[in-house]
Amino acid sequence: MNETSSPPAPTALDAAPLRVLVTKIGLDGHDRGSRLVAAFLRDAGHEVIYTPPWQQVADVVTLAVQEDVDVIGVSSLATDHLIVPDLMDALRAAGLGHVAVVVGGIVPEQELPPLLEAGVRAVFGPGSSRDEIVGAVATWGVEARTAKLADGGFAR
Amino acid sequence: MTAPAAPSVAAATTAFERLRAGDPAALARALTVLETDGAEADALRRRLHALVGSAVVVGVTGPPGVGKSTLVDAYVEALRRRRRTVAVLAVDPSSPLTGGAVLGDRTRMGQHTSDTGVFVRSIASRGHVGGLALSVPAMLDAVDVAGFDDIVVEAVGAGQSEVEISRFADVTVVVGAPGLGDDVQAIKAGILEVADVLVVNKGDLPLADQTAEHLRSMLRLRSTDRVPDVLTVSATERRGIDELVDAVAAAGRDRGEPGAGPRRRATELLRQRALAEVERRLAGDGLAGAALADLGAAVHRGEISLADATEAVLTRCAAIRPSQPADDGGDEPSGRDQR
Repeated sequence: MNETSSPPAPTALDAAPLRVLVTKIGLDGHDRGSRLVAAFLRDAGHEVIYTPPWQQVADVVTLAVQEDVDVIGVSSLATDHLIVPDLMDALRAAGLGHVAVVVGGIVPEQELPPLLEAGVRAVFGPGSSRDEIVGAVATWGVEARTAKLADGGFAR
Repeated sequence: MTAPAAPSVAAATTAFERLRAGDPAALARALTVLETDGAEADALRRRLHALVGSAVVVGVTGPPGVGKSTLVDAYVEALRRRRRTVAVLAVDPSSPLTGGAVLGDRTRMGQHTSDTGVFVRSIASRGHVGGLALSVPAMLDAVDVAGFDDIVVEAVGAGQSEVEISRFADVTVVVGAPGLGDDVQAIKAGILEVADVLVVNKGDLPLADQTAEHLRSMLRLRSTDRVPDVLTVSATERRGIDELVDAVAAAGRDRGEPGAGPRRRATELLRQRALAEVERRLAGDGLAGAALADLGAAVHRGEISLADATEAVLTRCAAIRPSQPADDGGDEPSGRDQR
């Protein structure tokens, strides 16, 4: 999915906090993992918009629009990741194609390709380290933010 | 209104026109631009200042845990019943150690997510003290220009000195609750004085009426002629909310001529920027920082008075050219810069 030829030169903006939505879609209510990841990201210096579980796709899109997030992390411990391709479509329809989406939780191997084909940047399964998650969020988050602020539209 | 009418979203061609038409995505992006505070923010602020002036800004503050977010949720619900559009700016603290934050105020406002007449934005304080974030006044202008009837600002859970909200809001609501031990003490010195309306939330708990009565008796001792209403409210049970809406509206009417709010915001913004800029120049390794250290030593040795040294430091600050904000992401102090 990465079509940029070379990353832009880093600026002080890269050090500013990223805005990350940590959420759970669907019927599963096991939110310990998403809370833990929210705390990781907070401790890494990012601004985490945390939602309770049981969100609907449309609500996640609204939250992403209003909060103008750079990254969305979806926690899935049951089969909720199967809804994530719908989320990807809805995000693109809302003009949020630049937002980096990552999934964390339990995703069977045969269900990985549909997620990645839908544009999910990464899936973090059991055993993923804090550094892996935080590092990936930082890389893709800065890329997403650079893309969204690139046009400087309000100055025209 | 001298400004031309806002275009519709469909007819809008530029980001700014979409903002004026109330497009939530354009508003959200504008808020990010203002928060990021580079060259684009400067251009945007100027365009906003020319158009602000119709929204009513209500500030909600009070100690942590008294139910501010829940009260805001109920308040927004009541405003929606009156067919008013509402934007909420909810400020939570950034970590002084890492600059990170978990912004959770809107978890109490989930019922409004699917309502297009409500816009909620979570804001981290990013190291700013006083209960808000440095960019909040400019954000208020953006929300105003986007056409919302009412703006509710929920400040960081406040101690005694987080009174900044009262400088930006048309009406300041201070929220307390019974059963917090010395909560009356906690609010009496600072934030009680800036309240236009006082709310004792959690009115379903015992002692709520007693707490309200304590507040009323304390207010009667004050010498000012404007005594705020004290309302007992239960946000979770939705009791007293309509009375709160009426009290806020009445307090707003007493607040003077239209346009006063945005002018006050602009003045406050300037004051804060000036103070932040002085702090930034003193914090650097440059001339002002060196002068501060040298003059500090001279004060210590008794060679110069504190007053004269202060003048000398300010003179030195004034001689420095501002850094170019376009490329360095602005001069907003982040949590990372804090001790």
